[in-house]
Amino acid sequence: MVNAATQKQAHRTTRAWFGQDGDSSWLFVVPALLLSFSIIAFPVGATLLLSFTDWNGLGVPHFIGLENFRALFAEARFWKAISNNFIFTTIFVTLPMVIALFAAALLLIISVGRTFFQVVFFLPVTIATIILAQIWRGMIYSPVTGVIGWLQSVGISVSNPLGDPATSLYGVLLVDIWHWWGYLTIIYFAALRQVDVTLIEAAVVDGASYPATFRYVLLPTILPTVLFMLLMSIIWSFRVFDWIYILTEGGPGFSSEVLGTLAYKTAFQQMAVGRASAYSLVMSMLGLLAIAVYLRIQYKSETTS
Amino acid sequence: MMPLQGRTSQFFAYIFLGAAAFSVVFPLALMILNSLRTNFEILSSPLGFPEAPNFGVYKQVWVESRLGRALLNSCLVAVGTVTIVCLVAAPAAWVIARRRVPGWIAISLYFLATTTVPVQMFIFPLYFLFAKFGLLNNHFALMFVYAAIYTPFSLFLLRTYILSIPVELEEAARIDGAENFQIFRRIIFPLISPGLLTVALIVSLNTWNEFLISITFLQTESAATATARFYQLSGRYGSQWPEMMATASLIAAPTIFFFIVLQRRFIDGISSGAVKS
Repeated sequence: MVNAATQKQAHRTTRAWFGQDGDSSWLFVVPALLLSFSIIAFPVGATLLLSFTDWNGLGVPHFIGLENFRALFAEARFWKAISNNFIFTTIFVTLPMVIALFAAALLLIISVGRTFFQVVFFLPVTIATIILAQIWRGMIYSPVTGVIGWLQSVGISVSNPLGDPATSLYGVLLVDIWHWWGYLTIIYFAALRQVDVTLIEAAVVDGASYPATFRYVLLPTILPTVLFMLLMSIIWSFRVFDWIYILTEGGPGFSSEVLGTLAYKTAFQQMAVGRASAYSLVMSMLGLLAIAVYLRIQYKSETTS
Repeated sequence: MMPLQGRTSQFFAYIFLGAAAFSVVFPLALMILNSLRTNFEILSSPLGFPEAPNFGVYKQVWVESRLGRALLNSCLVAVGTVTIVCLVAAPAAWVIARRRVPGWIAISLYFLATTTVPVQMFIFPLYFLFAKFGLLNNHFALMFVYAAIYTPFSLFLLRTYILSIPVELEEAARIDGAENFQIFRRIIFPLISPGLLTVALIVSLNTWNEFLISITFLQTESAATATARFYQLSGRYGSQWPEMMATASLIAAPTIFFFIVLQRRFIDGISSGAVKS
């Protein structure tokens, strides 16, 4: 009796794990999970543990408690990186959004050449960051071989933004925004094209101008897309690495350092893997915090309106 | 279609869009033009057309910096990554879309969560593990890293394609005695092939252009993918800008070519995931 009951119980458990007809549905998701666990989840766990050690990549890690965090909280470089991260994300999520909404609104007006403009605007996103960054470094920002140098030679007083601690971060931001706004434009434009034309016609019949139509008819309809891209932009820009690592390596001094470059350099240039893991952990936590703040604001504005 | 096309607003729109298009193309034009000029010409002014276009520079960098090998490596890694992603993400997307696995919500949330994790949060242990097992400079190891990173995006994209397939189709096959595996291979896989193509395009583009992971895991000249090779060369060429820009053009050419040819698919693929209603 007991045996039969446990067998039945065991059978039910197998059914629960292997799907309705005791079939193999479960197996379909196993490869994806295994891959993700071994490349992402377990190493994330390891990084978490390493942040409490003094590991240098070679020997045996020693547990040192919160020592890494204490050390980095005492560092000017760390606080500079955090503030740079927040400045970078704030500008990166707002400025391209405004440019892209404007450009998408104009794309909707014109009668010929839409495809041409879409292709051109999208172009930079298809090219590797290392290539775009080197073009900007050498052909635009360089005072010797770049446009900046040419402007200086014709008597306009400009200097390489990457060479000045006060502007280095903004010099990098400009390149990132230059390469990014077109991508947003394409997405907003795709959303705008799905707006019901009768809505627009009704607004026009009522005598609304195009800016008014855009503000009160089009924008509210594509708002979910805009908000979604805002969230994605926060996630992506908080982990900025390529542009800064290639254009300034965090310099001059540590004026354009962000948590991503700080963590990477600490691990692979100084081989202080424990401390680098602490940076990564802070970076992840602040990234999540930014997402949470965004979701909270969005939730609030949805419940009040 | 739009009843809002006044002449003045059209004129204004073309002025702005034209200026924007120029600002996008300008740096790319500098890349191509200056690859054909001499260092001396560039030093005297970065703006200007080549006096005597030096197309030989392309052959020179191709041989000198072993670009053929690097581009081949990039192709290999891109094709391998796409294959793994499709094989792994499509079956998972199916059972998740059809809610056939217990805990499909938890699994979806897990994959969603991994997309918010910065690379720096898992690359250090991976690097030292790979180093220990001699997997640095190994393209297969790299493919698995990329595949794990691009799987969630592909899974969610394929899920929407699967949801548009009527369930009745599967049920009918099931009644006829078809097994899960057969249903997946004979019905689902062919029907989501447009989705798989989109995944292939976007994943291979991302793989081709990826920087952080490729420069970390591929450190030798022979193992380097195109972007990693370009990074190695930017030290070597230093201030030899014609060589650098020629190399850049050669590495960017394949993605630009594929984008121009398949522009509709790229744009639809990119925006399909993002346009919400």
